[in-house]
Amino acid sequence: MSVWLGILQALTLVAVIGGLYRPLGDYMATIYTSHKDLAIERGFYRLIGVDARGQQTWSAYLRGVLAFSLVGVLFVYTIQRAQAVLPYSLGFDAVPAGLSFNTAVSFVTNTNWQSYSPDVTLGYTVQIVGLAVQNFVSSAVGLAVAIALVRGLMLRRSGTIGNFWVDLTRGVLRLLLPLAVIAAIVLLAGGVIQNFTGFTEVNTLTGASQSIPGGPVASQEAIKELGTNGGGFFNANSSHPFENPSGWTSLFEIVLMLAIPFSLPRTFGTMVGDKKQGYTILATMATIFVISLTALTLFELRAAGAAPALAGGAMEGKETRFGIIGSTLFATTTTLTSTGAVNSMHDSYTALGGMMPMLNMMLGEVAPGGTGSGLYGMLILAVIAVFVAGLLVGRTPEYLGKKIGPREIKLASLYILVTPTLVLAGTALSFAIPAVRADVEATSIWNPGLHGLSEVLYAFTSAANNNGSAFAGLTANTPWFNTALGVAMVLGRFLPMVFVLALAGSFAAQDRVPATAGTLPTNRPQFVGLLLGVTIIITALTYFPVLALGPLAEGLQ
Amino acid sequence: MSASRPRTGPLARPYWVALRAMLVFTVVLGVAYPLAITLVGQLALPAQANGSLVTTADGVVGSSLIGQSFTDADGAVLPEWFQSRPSAAGDGYDASASGGSNWGPENPDLIQAIGDRQAAIEDLDGATTDEIPADAVTASASGLDPHISPAYALLQVPRVAAARDLPETEVRALVESVERARDLRFLGEPTVNVLNLNLELATLDFGK
Repeated sequence: MSVWLGILQALTLVAVIGGLYRPLGDYMATIYTSHKDLAIERGFYRLIGVDARGQQTWSAYLRGVLAFSLVGVLFVYTIQRAQAVLPYSLGFDAVPAGLSFNTAVSFVTNTNWQSYSPDVTLGYTVQIVGLAVQNFVSSAVGLAVAIALVRGLMLRRSGTIGNFWVDLTRGVLRLLLPLAVIAAIVLLAGGVIQNFTGFTEVNTLTGASQSIPGGPVASQEAIKELGTNGGGFFNANSSHPFENPSGWTSLFEIVLMLAIPFSLPRTFGTMVGDKKQGYTILATMATIFVISLTALTLFELRAAGAAPALAGGAMEGKETRFGIIGSTLFATTTTLTSTGAVNSMHDSYTALGGMMPMLNMMLGEVAPGGTGSGLYGMLILAVIAVFVAGLLVGRTPEYLGKKIGPREIKLASLYILVTPTLVLAGTALSFAIPAVRADVEATSIWNPGLHGLSEVLYAFTSAANNNGSAFAGLTANTPWFNTALGVAMVLGRFLPMVFVLALAGSFAAQDRVPATAGTLPTNRPQFVGLLLGVTIIITALTYFPVLALGPLAEGLQ
Repeated sequence: MSASRPRTGPLARPYWVALRAMLVFTVVLGVAYPLAITLVGQLALPAQANGSLVTTADGVVGSSLIGQSFTDADGAVLPEWFQSRPSAAGDGYDASASGGSNWGPENPDLIQAIGDRQAAIEDLDGATTDEIPADAVTASASGLDPHISPAYALLQVPRVAAARDLPETEVRALVESVERARDLRFLGEPTVNVLNLNLELATLDFGK
């Protein structure tokens, strides 16, 4: 019964996302290739002092990305430190320095890791003026970088790859803002709250008192999912009934998370003038998604482990209205994109079930990944796949007519190395430095035994991949985690962007070599298989040992 | 303000642009956007926007989306009310401290808690362990789950009926009338909203 409902739910999702693929993908291609500016955009460019016609080299583009992000971090940091004097702060004090740093970095890097419980830490002003703004712009930055890479593949003998400020502005004003307005209104209709009334004290049916929270939640929830951000207005995130009231709102939020990332391959295909290239990327993403969803759902329905077996079902940390099937689809979506919102508590999943979200992130969040970051991640893997195939047959590899030479493969390899290094080093250091280990074990880890290691591994996997979900039993509001995870988020976001933009620059500078009989076609099913193989082998070889120490050991004991 | 270009070098220039862009975005996305959505919510969908509050003759008694405890001040079950799921939000259904237990599948504390909850329900409702559905002995993700499964609601019917001196058939019919099917018949799970059920129960009692 559950299995059939799960299949029906997945088919509905496929139909909706499939229906959006062409119109949304082509719309995004139009946004980023149009030569016309809207009147409102011209005003905006005048206000910020940008010449919209000016084209940037890859390094100037990168400087724009980094400058904008640094200003964002300082802005979000400052506003948290000033919370005590801001209006609508609900009486909450200034956020401590270490936590402010972690949170500022977290929202600017599109991670939305939350070391704090928003219910008892943040007022409305910090939430909307600080965090929600980053939900929009961090997503638009990811999109801009992905588009820059696609332009690199599209252009010939070009010294420039576009204009960051224009890409940023168009992403926000033409894509994210209009969609967020629609999504917020739909969520409102579904029961998500939107007010500024603070807490309502009520006398319950039994005469007890309950303090019902308010807040501008719908506006935040919409962009939180659409921009693959994931930072909850409430501690319980999208499991909170005020963020996600029903079975259908949950599926709607899943659609919001997937709409842009799954349509970007179309944008790519349209921009490079070969729509089949888009379909191969899409097929690879979709295959991983379906396999991962199936595995997680079966693990949770099987309810292995002492506690789930005793209870007769893996319902700890899950909501009645979503059930197992509605929870596993959300969990798969949130970790295969870079969202990190949750409608169930991953820490309480069965051992092997809890491994799946981790594995999803370890794949590099490419199926379909975050807004923009998913596409550029997958294109990097495509470059590696082409290179591997080239080695096998002894030819100079090419992707879309661009030669993959030493410089290109070095950049792609560096990209691939960043997150595993951060994840494994961060996890290892948490246990290798004696003083840190003592603190991690005494203060941070919540569940005893192997599960405790999984909590730390999950945290670094989530931070380095800019996901933001957690094995939330972990107390991360400590100097070690606020700092180490903060560093992992910054490096995990911006180092890959450096390599992607450098690669974009080097592709753009090349001419396009014509395809010959010896060129590996990258628009056929064969390439889907190759790309899948490369993705899975890289991930498996990197992470198998550490997974064996945590969730695999717990699940197989 | 028009294009007033400060005298900055090429390296400082992106920071100046970034700062101005951040300020304008903040006004549009951080102020205008949430206020516009609030306006839409308050004008067009006020019931939802304000938390789906439930009002009786006694005033606001809660939100139909936020679960409540039906216990006495010491946390002991009040047998005349349908019980919600266990909750890890504060001391139970504390709507200002949402969250789950985050206990892992092998955590001894969770195993202990599930066993204790099963024993309590066996005592209270005369059910065997096999008859107790999983949602009755596990805490939800939000700690504010307003629902229980129809199976758990039906399990509680004899106890509630006895405590209120009502015929079981009448109470069971009430549960069935409050039960909601899956959204669109296939999304999520069938649910019984405990607050709504208990409100109906109160009127039934009153009409007797």
